[in-house]
Amino acid sequence: MLEVQLVRTLHTPRGPMQLDVALTVRPHELVAIFGPSGAGKTSILRMIAGLMRPDRGCVRWRGTTWYSDQHGVFVPPQRRPVGMVFQDYALFPNLTVRENLAFALPAHGDRRCVDTWLERFALRALADRKPHELSGGEQQRVALARALIRRPEVLLLDEPLAALDPRLRVRLQDEILEVHRTMRMTTILVSHDIAEVFRMATRVYVLQDGRVVQVGTPEEVFIRGRVSGKFRFVGEVLDIRSADTVWLVTLQVGQQAVRVVAGERDVARIRVGDRVVVYAKAFNPVLIPIT
Amino acid sequence: MEWGPIVLSIRLAVVTTLILYGIGIPLAYWLAYGRARWKVIVEVLVAMPLMLPPTVLGFYLLVLLGRTSPIGRLLETLLHVRLVFTFTGLVVASVIYSLPLMVQTLTGGFASLPSTLMDAAATLGKSRWVTLLRVQLPNMKAALLTGGVLSFAHTIGAFGVVLMVGGNIPGETRVAAIVVYDLVQALDYSRANMYAAVLFAISFGILLVVYWLNRRWRLV
Repeated sequence: MLEVQLVRTLHTPRGPMQLDVALTVRPHELVAIFGPSGAGKTSILRMIAGLMRPDRGCVRWRGTTWYSDQHGVFVPPQRRPVGMVFQDYALFPNLTVRENLAFALPAHGDRRCVDTWLERFALRALADRKPHELSGGEQQRVALARALIRRPEVLLLDEPLAALDPRLRVRLQDEILEVHRTMRMTTILVSHDIAEVFRMATRVYVLQDGRVVQVGTPEEVFIRGRVSGKFRFVGEVLDIRSADTVWLVTLQVGQQAVRVVAGERDVARIRVGDRVVVYAKAFNPVLIPIT
Repeated sequence: MEWGPIVLSIRLAVVTTLILYGIGIPLAYWLAYGRARWKVIVEVLVAMPLMLPPTVLGFYLLVLLGRTSPIGRLLETLLHVRLVFTFTGLVVASVIYSLPLMVQTLTGGFASLPSTLMDAAATLGKSRWVTLLRVQLPNMKAALLTGGVLSFAHTIGAFGVVLMVGGNIPGETRVAAIVVYDLVQALDYSRANMYAAVLFAISFGILLVVYWLNRRWRLV
């Protein structure tokens, strides 16, 4: 069991914020921390890894205390069996893919297992390249392999797929799930993508302004009690033009441009460039599986 | 033309630069990552030689290290080291004179590294020492090179400090920049020009190599 209780003042661009959270993760579980950027998600991972010191609280893993302010315990990150994948991947620019993996091994570690991991993540052909010669998805796989080569007991993933395009993201999600299934390490995934949380996590902690506001399965958190029969999108107004008696408003929603019909009253309140929320009734949707 | 003063200039610059790497890397590391409140005092002290006229710096060093000062006396009686009008003294003065160039360049180099690189190395079980040698320094090659070259060139070009602390002793403290001054004083422009041209060529060549390398490394 990973038990985490953390209190710390974080300095954010919007001023100081008090982070005060408690999490419990069962062995072999994959839990997500979900929330808007600036909610303190990354700081939680950094404190579990030992990269940041909490002001108060404790971190315990299977009966070992990694941090406790009461007992004055702080185990440095080097001695915690934790693997971490960073949002920017943090690959060492001066080392090749192979050297990045070998760097992660202990001083007298078995070098041959580098090849095993290169193979496993389909990185063989890229082994002698430097990180800047790789695509985002390839860099991500190197970062994952580098974190796993030490066989960590706890794996921390800090929005590892946020920078990738949606198709690639799904593929890498599968890859992470597969690794999690076979290696069975306890995993915490930070994400602000609901679809990703749904696909990957068994439980999710919803974080807002440094506090856990909801815990449960993704279904419990994101669906139950919220089914409304409406779609809700946030988009940016690209164009407004009149067509006879109605107005046509072109919006950018995610990567798509969508044209919607609007009334005189709606149009009077918006201008090109505004961000708007669009509600639509879901009475005759067409559902097509995409994977 | 005698090559002695030129060789002496280069020797002084090489020794000074090597010592500055030794002092500059730990000091810059601390300035870049340390959290002490009085860090700013150290930053100011390190930057001072940039602001002071070299003669003022040299004058204070002369007073501080001379035989009449407690420090000078202590060094001479305990270690039998004399720092005024000796090559060793020149090295000490040059190190202080060029310290800001090395330290500020390296501090910038450390600060420009993404902090996740150090975090990643820590979660991969690597000590700070291993991280410094295998991650940080190799990824700030441009800063290391620039800091070294600036220190080297600055030392070659030093005049006021060197004259104050070292004087003008042939083979010991008579560096090329001082020879140029002497020759101009004696109205021997053609010989002054030879020394000046050599100094010019050395500085130009070194800076050319640095800018070229920096451009290549930045492209990577």
